[in-house]
Amino acid sequence: MRETAITVEGLSKTYRLNRNSAGVDRITDAVWNRIKHPFARAEYDHFDALSDVDFEVPWGEALGIIGRNGAGKSTLLKLLTRITAPTTGRIDLGGRVGSLLEVGTGFHPELTGRENIFLNGALLGMTRGEIRRRFDEIVDFSGVERFLDTPVKRYSSGMYVRLAFSVAAHLDTEILAIDEVLAVGDAEFQAKSLAKMRDVAKDGRTVLYVSHQMQTVTNLCTSAIYLDRGTLQYQGSVNGALEVYRSSFERYQATQREPDNRAGTGQLRLQDVTLGELTQSPTDDTIVELALPAAPDLIGDYFLSCHINDQNGVVIAQCDSRLLGRWLDPSRPHDVTLRVRNLWLKPGTYSVDVYVCQMGILDAWEGAAAFDVLPSLPYPELTSEDATANGIVLADFDFEVD
Amino acid sequence: MARTIITPPKGLGLPSFREIWSAREVLWRFGTRDILLRYRQTVVGVAWVVIQPLVGAGIFSLVFGGVAGLPSGGVPYFLFSLAGLLSWNLFASVIDRSAPSLVSNQALVSKVYFPRLLVPASTVLSVLLDTAVGLGLFVVLLFVFGVNPGWPVLLFPVWALLALMAGLGLGMAASAIMVKYRDVGYVLPWVVQVLFYATPVAYALEGAPADLRWLFELNPLTWMMEAFRWSMLGLDAPPLWQMGGFALFAVLLLALGLTVFQRYERTFADVI
Repeated sequence: MRETAITVEGLSKTYRLNRNSAGVDRITDAVWNRIKHPFARAEYDHFDALSDVDFEVPWGEALGIIGRNGAGKSTLLKLLTRITAPTTGRIDLGGRVGSLLEVGTGFHPELTGRENIFLNGALLGMTRGEIRRRFDEIVDFSGVERFLDTPVKRYSSGMYVRLAFSVAAHLDTEILAIDEVLAVGDAEFQAKSLAKMRDVAKDGRTVLYVSHQMQTVTNLCTSAIYLDRGTLQYQGSVNGALEVYRSSFERYQATQREPDNRAGTGQLRLQDVTLGELTQSPTDDTIVELALPAAPDLIGDYFLSCHINDQNGVVIAQCDSRLLGRWLDPSRPHDVTLRVRNLWLKPGTYSVDVYVCQMGILDAWEGAAAFDVLPSLPYPELTSEDATANGIVLADFDFEVD
Repeated sequence: MARTIITPPKGLGLPSFREIWSAREVLWRFGTRDILLRYRQTVVGVAWVVIQPLVGAGIFSLVFGGVAGLPSGGVPYFLFSLAGLLSWNLFASVIDRSAPSLVSNQALVSKVYFPRLLVPASTVLSVLLDTAVGLGLFVVLLFVFGVNPGWPVLLFPVWALLALMAGLGLGMAASAIMVKYRDVGYVLPWVVQVLFYATPVAYALEGAPADLRWLFELNPLTWMMEAFRWSMLGLDAPPLWQMGGFALFAVLLLALGLTVFQRYERTFADVI
């Protein structure tokens, strides 16, 4: 008998991608291929979403699962919540696992709020008695009691999300898995949700939390693991994991330089992304220069989206060319200059992600460039550090005192 | 505290009934959801449950009884075909509703874990409700036409259970296979339709051509219909081997359905 909440041993998940059938989407093609090569075995490419992961989580711990896109975080959570089965290895869970994977998944638009609470609660593993007992609490937490007998299709998206989160947050399971759900609702509701999640861990239950928002991981978790391309690179304190996350950036940046390693359809790949200045002071404009080749085969204009992230991976700004009505013609090459004005970045290291998109993503170059913001504050006075310790960016503000 | 061990799936086997029992609330919620949704935002609502078999039975009496002049074992043709339709629907509606159930709930299947078996199984609830309403009507008509089925009526719940088991077995297997091959969704309704005409549902077994009669006698669904008509209309009892054969057939189909379903269950989220 183990005393841990979760023990994972040699866990792997391999997806099989059918190599030959790429492009076969008609049954006539499939039949014709079969006639031409009657004895051909289907050939598969194997993709290891997770390979040989071992870790243990004691009771009462809030474990953050950190990693870049495609590192296997969501796969790990899907395995732990039994949505999908492992290829090899073994997971030993000390109790029921409740999951809060995507808010509102179990909701049906035609059913009323009340009916959905019962349906969703049952799906998340609650018995009828448990739901009845917590019903008032759930309704109270969500703040939608006036609309309980209205079909949720008439709810505003905020109400919908609040109700869904409330049901899941009142699960009494020993282990609770959460995937990026705290980024819902208004600020007040987010704070309430975060507090609720902390209570869960305080009760001696175990919380698993996957997020790109390093801020919330730091706020919520007591320990963390760091995943990189399906392997476990670090297990320990949250700060230690964040450290590894930061230091992995350079290596990541080098692999992303190679277009074949990048996500997106590849119909158009960025040639180069350069920065106006590699170091700047907080009030300087950030200038990003993009070189795009011609893609004569591409039909229709495309747009660009550029993210500026801090070293914890929090997206500080999204500069999307659609917002300015700028669409680019793929028949000829372009040199584009992006100028970000009036964004007062705090001193530190920042990275730039560039996305080339149409209906889908053509090229996703994450970590295309990085720059440092020098520790020179744009304020008239020098004070102790705690005057700027909070907040993600610096602000241009005034106190007008009568 | 019971520990849960998760390992890679292997081989064949039956599902964990303890787990299914503890999640029975899901079955109930899914079932009631389907029932509520079917009649919400409809004008006559539940009346559709009555209208459908009535119109169906009326048309069959007209076509098979009136135009084709087929025999109905001495009971009024309308009553005869209504009994046939109600029984047949126990089997066929479960297939129709359970087979596409996993695919139409794919958002859930790929995002939340619960025993997947409950998705196709929950369709039984709405079929039961339809049958109950139809049966109420049928009982009224028995009095109106003055037909007394006698004591065999007590066996009706047994036949109903067996018909549901057979239908659910096929439906579960189909729903699991449909996750990967949507073709099943196109072929299955057609197969059920063919079975409907190949089985004496809207006509009596005596109406089958004499030289082909043995073929009809080999169809387990014929045994089912004969058993139902014996219990519902008081017609001649089918031979004992047919009743036993039907029970065996239902159990086998259900076992087959469970095995196929269990075989594919854990890959659903990856391929749906």
